[in-house]
Amino acid sequence: MGIELLGGRILAPFFGSSVHIWGSIITVFMLSLSLGYLFGGKLSTRSASLTVYGAIFIISAFALLPIALSSQWLMELIFLSIEDTRYGSLLASMTLFFIPTVVLGMLSPYSVRLLVKSSNESGQVAGKLYFVSTLGSALGTIITSFYLVLWFDVNSIIFGFTTALASLGLLTILISKIKKSYQVE
Amino acid sequence: MIKKSFLLILFCAFINVAHAQVIHQERSLYRNILVEDKGDLRCLKFNVKSTKTQQSCFLKSNPKQLVFNYTKLLMTSLLVIPQPKRILIIGLGGGTMSNTLTELFPQSQIDNVEIDPAVIKVARNYFGFFENDNVKTYNQDGRIFIKRALLKKQQYDWIILDAFNGDYIPEHLMTKEFLQETKSLLSDEGVLSANTFSLSKLYAHESATYKAIFGHFYQVRNQANANRIIIVKQNGSQTNTLNKKNIKQLNKKLQPYGVDIFSLYEDISFTEKEQSWPDDTRILTDQFSPVNLLNTQ
Repeated sequence: MGIELLGGRILAPFFGSSVHIWGSIITVFMLSLSLGYLFGGKLSTRSASLTVYGAIFIISAFALLPIALSSQWLMELIFLSIEDTRYGSLLASMTLFFIPTVVLGMLSPYSVRLLVKSSNESGQVAGKLYFVSTLGSALGTIITSFYLVLWFDVNSIIFGFTTALASLGLLTILISKIKKSYQVE
Repeated sequence: MIKKSFLLILFCAFINVAHAQVIHQERSLYRNILVEDKGDLRCLKFNVKSTKTQQSCFLKSNPKQLVFNYTKLLMTSLLVIPQPKRILIIGLGGGTMSNTLTELFPQSQIDNVEIDPAVIKVARNYFGFFENDNVKTYNQDGRIFIKRALLKKQQYDWIILDAFNGDYIPEHLMTKEFLQETKSLLSDEGVLSANTFSLSKLYAHESATYKAIFGHFYQVRNQANANRIIIVKQNGSQTNTLNKKNIKQLNKKLQPYGVDIFSLYEDISFTEKEQSWPDDTRILTDQFSPVNLLNTQ
């Protein structure tokens, strides 16, 4: 959600602040999240492990980097080739946000897979997960829009997010390694 | 004169409160639009029925008369650019500026840019906004219009930025990158006039940003109002560029509109003489423009 919010700010210089900009951004986020859920669920059926889970975090961190690093020339290119700002902004949000949001979407079903021990408790686990992830989205939204944009550059905020995601990924992999070594002993 | 007309408006507002009548109301993509008649005064309002949200007003018995203080302040730009041939107005409102400038400079080309199609419609239907071969309106975001105009290698002698209202400021129309683009769209002697704020934390950030791109600038304001007009030149302002030679002629020209240019001249200041913000103020960029948050502080 933090990234989605910054999306409006990132697109505005090239595509303006008309309502359809938000239409583009929200469409792309919803579309990529839905696909992410699908892929994440599929992936979780093949020997799910904490290591893979951590790897998804790290991949998502890298997938976010182009938003900060290459958005200028990408948007310029799209601005020059598409005159209608509706399709321009749609293509731009697709280019910038599709991949990272798909990857981030994969985390939810994968978490369910890792946390569910029996079918009996699956509903409760899923419920808790929805609770945590949606609450996190709410916090991400308010913190980004109320405070982060007041203190930092858009790019710095994105680098902050990538650092946080990458660290979480590394931490997860580390934990899984330690667990494994315990199991060996 | 200004005080007088201000009192007049207050007076009109006061005696007519009972008769205030909403003659048109619609919800556009961006806001609620209200057209309200109070006796002789017709006003365009956004969102709520308070006087704070008035966007544009005119007197039905005397449509020439500029009712708003800031529209009069804007006219001081003509001391810097006496004969603008190509004019770009960003933010239409009731179309008052466009109509006035069409009368003053019938030969000039005027392009109006407005993001909200409903505002354009209301200006045409209720505010006598008129268009012809020289006066055109584009339903577009201001920043996009400027970017596209640059690609087409167009130029303007006078760009009027009037896209801000009290409720919400388009953040991408205040940044260093935006001003850079606007500067490139100005002809060599071209002038940018911005109707903007003089209160809140935003004041310092906005001022620092204009200075970073254009150097020191003229500022027009009078106490009665929270508006200020920033006037900058493409090739930089100097204290002596104010063209006082034509002031008499200009005064005569502007008199029918209720503009007393002699008195407004006294309200112009140059920031080099009295810079009213700290030198280390952070400038606004596309990366950093929490404009609406700053405006509340």
